[in-house]
Amino acid sequence: MEIVKPQQTVVTPEHLLFEAPRKRAYITGSEAASEAIKRANVDIAIAYPITPQSETMQRVGDLFGQGYVRDYYRAEDEVGAFSAISGASRTGVRCMTASSGPGLMRGLEVIASWPGHRVPVVFLIMCRVINAPLSIQPDNLELDYMLSTGNIVFHAENQQDFFDYTLAGFVISEKCEVTLPVAVAVDGFFVTHARGWVEMPSSDLKLPPRDCYREAVPMIDNENPPIRIARDAPIQKSNFISYQMHASWQQEIHAAQERSRRWIYKYLGGLIEVVNPGAETVIVASGSAVSQSREAVRQAEEMGHRIGLIKVKSLRPFPVEELREACKSAKRIIVPEFNCAGWLNRELRATLYNHSDAEIAPGPRVFGGITMPTELILQWLFDKTGNCR
Amino acid sequence: MSLKTINCSPVFMPYMPKEYLDLINKGPFGKEMKLSQVGSVKELLEEHPMCEGCAMAYFIRMTLIAIPTPEHSVIVGTAGCGRLSLSQAAIPFVYGNYCDTNGVATGIKRGLALRFPEQHKDVIVMAGDGGLADIGFSQVMHSWFRKEKFATIMLDNEVYGNTGGQESGMTRKGEVVKMAPVGKQFEKIDMLSLARASGVAYIARLTITNPARIVNTIRKAILVAREIGPTYVQAYTSCNIEYTIPPEKVMDDARRVEQERYSFVEEMSDAAREYLEKVHNIK
Ligand SMILES: Cc1ncc(C[n+]2csc(CCOP(=O)(O)OP(=O)(O)O)c2C)c(N)n1
Ligand code: SF4
Repeated sequence: MEIVKPQQTVVTPEHLLFEAPRKRAYITGSEAASEAIKRANVDIAIAYPITPQSETMQRVGDLFGQGYVRDYYRAEDEVGAFSAISGASRTGVRCMTASSGPGLMRGLEVIASWPGHRVPVVFLIMCRVINAPLSIQPDNLELDYMLSTGNIVFHAENQQDFFDYTLAGFVISEKCEVTLPVAVAVDGFFVTHARGWVEMPSSDLKLPPRDCYREAVPMIDNENPPIRIARDAPIQKSNFISYQMHASWQQEIHAAQERSRRWIYKYLGGLIEVVNPGAETVIVASGSAVSQSREAVRQAEEMGHRIGLIKVKSLRPFPVEELREACKSAKRIIVPEFNCAGWLNRELRATLYNHSDAEIAPGPRVFGGITMPTELILQWLFDKTGNCR
Repeated sequence: MSLKTINCSPVFMPYMPKEYLDLINKGPFGKEMKLSQVGSVKELLEEHPMCEGCAMAYFIRMTLIAIPTPEHSVIVGTAGCGRLSLSQAAIPFVYGNYCDTNGVATGIKRGLALRFPEQHKDVIVMAGDGGLADIGFSQVMHSWFRKEKFATIMLDNEVYGNTGGQESGMTRKGEVVKMAPVGKQFEKIDMLSLARASGVAYIARLTITNPARIVNTIRKAILVAREIGPTYVQAYTSCNIEYTIPPEKVMDDARRVEQERYSFVEEMSDAAREYLEKVHNIK
C-alpha cells in the first residue's frame, strides 16, 4: 500500500505547546494520546495489545497508515516490543510504545534498562490491575515499580494532560542533558475510555524531528566517530574499575533526571500544581485522584472550609523541594490513591520527614478497579460533626 | 560514506595509539578482507578474555574477517561468552538484556533504514545457543516470521558456558551437565528445521574446521540479509571448559563432531541464490 505523506509544518516545541491557537474537542484519553502522537513527528511506534492501552496503539497504527508515523508493527510481546524500541532509539529515530499493568510488568526488565542505555523514548502507561487474580480494571500499582527504574515518570490527571505531557515528553526526553526515557502514565478507563475537553493545536503542525547528534551519547549508526562504540559496556567483570564504572553510570542517570527538572518547569509548568496555597488541611494526589480531589475541595468550600490540594505531575524526578515548601503550613495531609501499596504516601512521608510536623494520614486508598467517590475523600477530611479531622 | 568517521582530525594523528593508526592504515575498512590476508592486516579483534583455545573465540575471529562492510555494520550480542570478545572488536556492538537480541536488531535495522535509505547498514546478531534457542527463542522466531533483514548467528557450544555449564535446549539428549543431573531428557532443538519452516532466506550449519568456509558462509549470510530476508547460521563452537576438551584437541573434536553429526549444511531461497550470483558474483 502506497502511503501518501500528509503535509505538516514543523514548528518549535514552544510554538506547538504554548503559542499555536488551540481548538477544543470532547475526546477520550486514548484519542488525546493519539492526537499527541499525530503531532509528535514519530519515526517508529511498536505495539502490543492490552486493555486499556490497545485503543491508543491501534489509533497510532492508523496514523502509520495515514503517513503520520514512519514505521509501525505489532510485536510478538512486550519484551519484544520494548527491546525493539531500545534498538531503534539507539539509531537516532524518535520512538514510542505503550502498555498497561501485566504488559508493563512483563517488560520491566527492558524498561529498567532503557535509562542505562540512554535511549530517549516516550512510553505511555495506561494503568490497570497487575495480575492476579486477572482483572483489567484501573489500579496504578504498576507505577510503584516504575519509580526506581531511572525513567522519568509523569502522571497525567486527565485527557488534556495526557495530550500535553505526551508531546512535552518527547521534547524533554531528547534534551542533551537528559537523554532518558519519559513514561507518561494515566489511570486506565477513568482517563483512557472517558471523554473530556481537550484543547489542541492544529494537526497541520508537528514537532521538529529528533536531533540525535545533540544528545548525550553517540548513535549506533556508524556515522559518527569514533569507529568503535560499545555504548553498553559490559562491565560485569569483578574488579573495582567495573564497580566504579557501574556506580558512576547509575549516578549519571540520577543526575540526568535531576537536570530534567528545569525542562519540566518549562514544558509542564512545574512538577506540582497548588490549589489554595497555605491551607492547614491538604490533599496530595496524582493522576485521576486529583480530579476527585478537586471536587472534594469544591464541596468543602461550600461547607465553608478551605482545603489545599497539591497535584503531583512528576513522580520522577520527585518534587521534593516543591512539596516541602507547599506543605509548610499543613497540619494534616491526606493522600488519595488508586493502589493498595500507597506509593505516593510513602514518597511524601520520606520527603517531609524532618521538614513538617503535619500528620500524614495513611489514605484514602481504593484499588482493584474501585472508584474513589468524593464522599470518601470528604470522610477522610472531616469528622461526623463536619469539622476537619 | 562513513569512512571519514574512521579517520580522526589530522592534527591528532601523531597522538593516536598505534592500534588505532593500524586500524586506519591496515584495517579492513573500505575493503573486503580475504582470508589470505590474515597476518598482514590489522584485524577488528585482536585481544580478548575468552578461554585459551576456545573454539567460539576462533569462530568469532573468522566471522569478523567475513563482514563485508565493517564500516557500515552493527553487531548485536547478549549475555554469554561471545560478547566478551565481540565487545572488544572495532565495530559498534550493542549489548542489551539476555533474550533481546532479535528484538533489538529489529529496531536497529528499521531505524537505520529510515535514516539512511540510500546506504545499506548490516545488522548481525551473534549470541549463544541459550540466548537464541531458549530465552531469546520467541524473538528469534518472530524476527524470522516478520522477515526482518538481518543475520542471526548462533554460537552453539551446546551448553550455557558463561554461567558455568548448565543444560541448554541445544545440549544433546542424554548429556550430563549442570541442571541435567541424570542427563538431558529431550532432543537438541532442531533450529534448522524451524528456520526452514519460517522461510529464512539463507540457512547454514557448520563447524570451525574450515576457515575459508566460515568466511564464505558468514559473508553470504550477511549479504542475503541485506537485500533478501532473514538468514541463520548455526556454528558448532565447542566449549573446552564445560566439555573438558584440551585446547590442542579442539580442532580434532570439531572434525569428529562434524563427521558424526554436524555436517556442513547450506540452503538458500532462489531469490537469495540469484542475488548472490548476480550482484556479488558469489556461487
Ligand atoms: C534475564 C537473564 N536471565 C539469566 C541470565 C544469566 N545468564 C547470563 S549468560 C547465561 C548463559 C549463556 O549461555 P549461552 O547463551 O548458551 O551462551 P554461552 O555463554 O554458552 O556462549 C545466563 C543464563 C541473565 N543474564 N539474564
Ligand atoms: S567457557 Fe567455554 S565457551 Fe566460554 S570462553 Fe571458555 S571455552 Fe569458550
